[in-house]
Formats: sequence, structure tokens, C-alpha cells
Amino acid sequence: MAFIELNHVFKTYSNGVSALADVSLQINKGEFVFIIGESGSGKSTLNKLLYREEKVNKGNVMVGGVNVSKLRNSNVYKLRRKVGVVFQDFKLLPKLTVYENIAYPLETYGLSDTVIREKVLEAVERVGLKDKLRCYPGQLSGGEQQRVCIARAIVNKPKLIVCDEPTGDLDPKMSREIMDVIEEINKEMETTVIMATHDKEIVNRMKKRVVCIHQGVVVSDQEKGKYIEYENN
Amino acid sequence: MKIIRIFNRGVKDGFKSIFRNFSLSLASISSAAITLIIVAIAIVFTYNVNSITKNIENVLTVIVFVDRGTSEDDINILKDKIIANENVLTSSLEYKSPDDLKEQLSANEDLKNVLNTLDENPLQATFVFKVRDVKKISETANNMKTYEHVSQVKFGESLASKLVSMLEIVRNACVITVVALIFVTIFLISNTIKITIFSRRQEISIMRLVGTSNTVIKLPFLVEGLILGIIGSIIPVLLTVFGYTFLYDYVGGDLFSQLIVLVPPNQIIYLTSLVLIIVGGLVGMFGSLNAVRRYLKI
Repeated sequence: MAFIELNHVFKTYSNGVSALADVSLQINKGEFVFIIGESGSGKSTLNKLLYREEKVNKGNVMVGGVNVSKLRNSNVYKLRRKVGVVFQDFKLLPKLTVYENIAYPLETYGLSDTVIREKVLEAVERVGLKDKLRCYPGQLSGGEQQRVCIARAIVNKPKLIVCDEPTGDLDPKMSREIMDVIEEINKEMETTVIMATHDKEIVNRMKKRVVCIHQGVVVSDQEKGKYIEYENN
Repeated sequence: MKIIRIFNRGVKDGFKSIFRNFSLSLASISSAAITLIIVAIAIVFTYNVNSITKNIENVLTVIVFVDRGTSEDDINILKDKIIANENVLTSSLEYKSPDDLKEQLSANEDLKNVLNTLDENPLQATFVFKVRDVKKISETANNMKTYEHVSQVKFGESLASKLVSMLEIVRNACVITVVALIFVTIFLISNTIKITIFSRRQEISIMRLVGTSNTVIKLPFLVEGLILGIIGSIIPVLLTVFGYTFLYDYVGGDLFSQLIVLVPPNQIIYLTSLVLIIVGGLVGMFGSLNAVRRYLKI
């Protein structure tokens, strides 16, 4: 059985907008998959289904053997501890330092300070931010903030990292650096990575599996694929 | 161990958040303080009205005048009849013979002289008693009038009984006010905390996204609400303790007449303060919980 399975998934928002229509997809453990498509194609919605920020209307979403679509609200946190999420806008807490931001999830899980420290330092080292631990997000560049976000996503060693346009707000050089960090995590930690993006340059350079969504439907799925552009009609 | 760590963290974060969002905390504290002051006034007022009502009820007595020349046996029969009446507070029943009364009145020199000029004792024997239910006092009195050897029945001025029934309405109104005010306080605190939480919805959504359980998210807010409520009750408590004591000393314990006696401060201020602190804390906690709930749906 694949690590992630979407079976005939339909998602329509309460305002009537149909985001996904009959999407089926299988992703294996340790894979690196780009989800591409123009704005409003449904790629972010697909991502959100994976960590249950949105619920499907029809169909099933299985992540690591758990039927995410049937998960109760009060149990969603269990899923999210196993899924790291990287956001375009970083979603860091401005009043906490880099260390505190990364340690934050672990603290709420009730881990001891020693364990937290160990895990945070490991994550920080991986993203190369060791000398910025005491800085506040406002004192960091966009690329550095994204690294903090990545460190927070991997600090609990999740099996899956979901990235939503992680390089959307960054310049090409910073984007490359961030992608290198994520690729390294994918290879060394064998973490499955699913990344929604419309950064053509990155997709073409990385030569990974590319799933293209157009108007809520999967229109292509290629191994070592390239960026495909679909015109809205 | 894990639970203790989570709990400690929640308590610590709750305290921290009060200072981090100081202006909003101040708003919550003020709204709690204002409503709790009104609650405090209502409680103290209700307590006093209650005590005044009881005082007046205690003073109201019924006097049954016995016909002159009634034999001792008949008086005893009459006494049994009076005792048999359900509304008569038997422990308060007192019989006074004409001689007793004469002796009592003779304590006053002038009256003594007047009484001594008369050949016969003009006074009538009386039964004096209090009733269990003041509202039925006239019914009881009228009933007594039908008894044999009773010449007349008198009971406290009708004004007093009217006062009692009026005070009862006031007392009920006060109780309703207190209950209503507690709900108003919940609503106000809940709304103020809602604003606090609205400004922190990003924080809550991040907590949710990184896999924090709802219980852990709620805990700091619960602590915060509890602390804000308790801090909000400080001013009302001080007002109750010092304000009421001052008022009591200022009016010298009674208003207008000996009948309307205020409850001594030490009988009322500590209990009221305790009630205010508990109400403040609980209301803060529930208000906070109610406010945070809507952000925990997804």
C-alpha cells in the first residue's frame, strides 16, 4: 500500500467553488513530489487535505494508513504531529525567538527540556541556522525565516513534509538554498515531501515527480517531469 | 511527568499572556470589576433586606385581650386553643395576668400613681405571641376574635406588615438581579476575552497546525481567564470590605429607626468577598473557554 493515497477525492468549498474533482493519487514513502498548477487550480487544497486543514466532500485520503477524511476534530493533532508543514508565509510567532519557535510544538507535546534542546539543535543544524537561535523572526531575512519554518516542520522527525509554495516569497538564490535544504531532508531522513509550487525554474532543475493539476483535475503525472503550463480556457 | 510539564507550561503561559496583552487584560479586568461591583452591591443589599425583614417579622406580635372576670379554667382552655393554632409561635407565647401588667406598668411612677387611685385593676389579662408566617397574621388575629372570652385582638400596625411584604418583593428582585448580573459578567468577560483571543487567533492556528491538542491549547486561556476574573474581583472585594464597614460606621448601624438595623460588617463582608472571588474566577474561566472554543474547530 502506498504511503499516501487519494481515492476519487472531491472538494467543494461552502461558497460553491469546486477545488478538486475526482482526484486519485498514490505517493510512496520517501518520494519527492511537486504539485504544480496555476493559482486557483486546487494544489493548495490538495495539500490542506493531507494535514486535515480541509475535509473532503467525497472520497478518501489515506496518510500512513490513517484515513484522514474520517478523523475527528479532536484527534487531528495526532496526525499533525506526524506531518511537518512549511508555509509560504512561514507562520512564525513574532514574539518568540528562533529557538522558541522551533521548540514550540515539542513543548506543547510535553517533552522534557533536555529532549527538546537536543531535537531543536539537530533541526537547526540541518537548516544551517545555528548562529541565529536567539534572533526574533523580524530580525531574519525571508530565506532565514523559511529555514526556521522548515526546522519547526522537521523537529519532530515527521514521515511527511507538506510544503505550500515555500519559495513563493523568496528570490531565486534563496529559493535554491531552501530547495537544497528540503532535498537533503528528503534524502537523508527519508521523509516524503509533497510540494505545491508554481516556481518553474525549481521544478525543471530538480527533476522530480511532477503532478499537474488544472481546474481541480490531475491532468498529468510524470516521473522526473518538467513544468507544464496550462492556459485557462 | 508529561502531564505535569504540560500543566506547568499552561499555567506559565497563561500568566505570561496576561502581561503580553496587557491593555486587553486590563479591559477584561475592568469589565469584570465593574460588573462584580454591582454584584457585590446587590449581594450586600439583599443580605440587609433579608435581615431587616426578619427583624420586623420578629417585632410583630399579636396581643389577645381576655374578658375581665374570666375564670382560670376558661383562661387555660383559651390558652390551649391559642396553642392549637398552627401559625402561633408557641415558644413566644406569654400570658400576663392583670396583676402582672399592673406591676409592669408600675415601674413608671406616673402610671403607678394613676393606677393606685383606682379601686379596681382596670387592666385586662393578655396573651402575647409571635406568628410563624407574618403574611397570615391578620387571618390568625381574626380567627382569635371568634374564640370565647376574647374581648379584642391587636397586632402590629398594618404598616409593618405591608413593609414586610414590600421588602419581600425587594429581596426577590435583588436575587434575580444578582443572577442576571452574573450572566452579564460572563457575557462581558467572554466578549473581552474574545477580543484578546481574536488578536491571538494566528497563534492558536499555528498551535493547531503543529499538532497541539485542543486541551493543551485551552489550558493557558483557562488560566488566563481565571486570573483575570480573580484580579477583577479585587476592587469589588476591597469595596465590600472597606466600603461597607465605612457605611456601617457612618450610619451607626441603623437607618431611620431601630427596626432597620444593618447587618454588622464582620457577618457579611468575608462571605461576600469569597463569593465575589469565586464568581470572578469561574466566570473568567468559562468566559475564556467559551471564547476560545470557536477557534478550535478546524
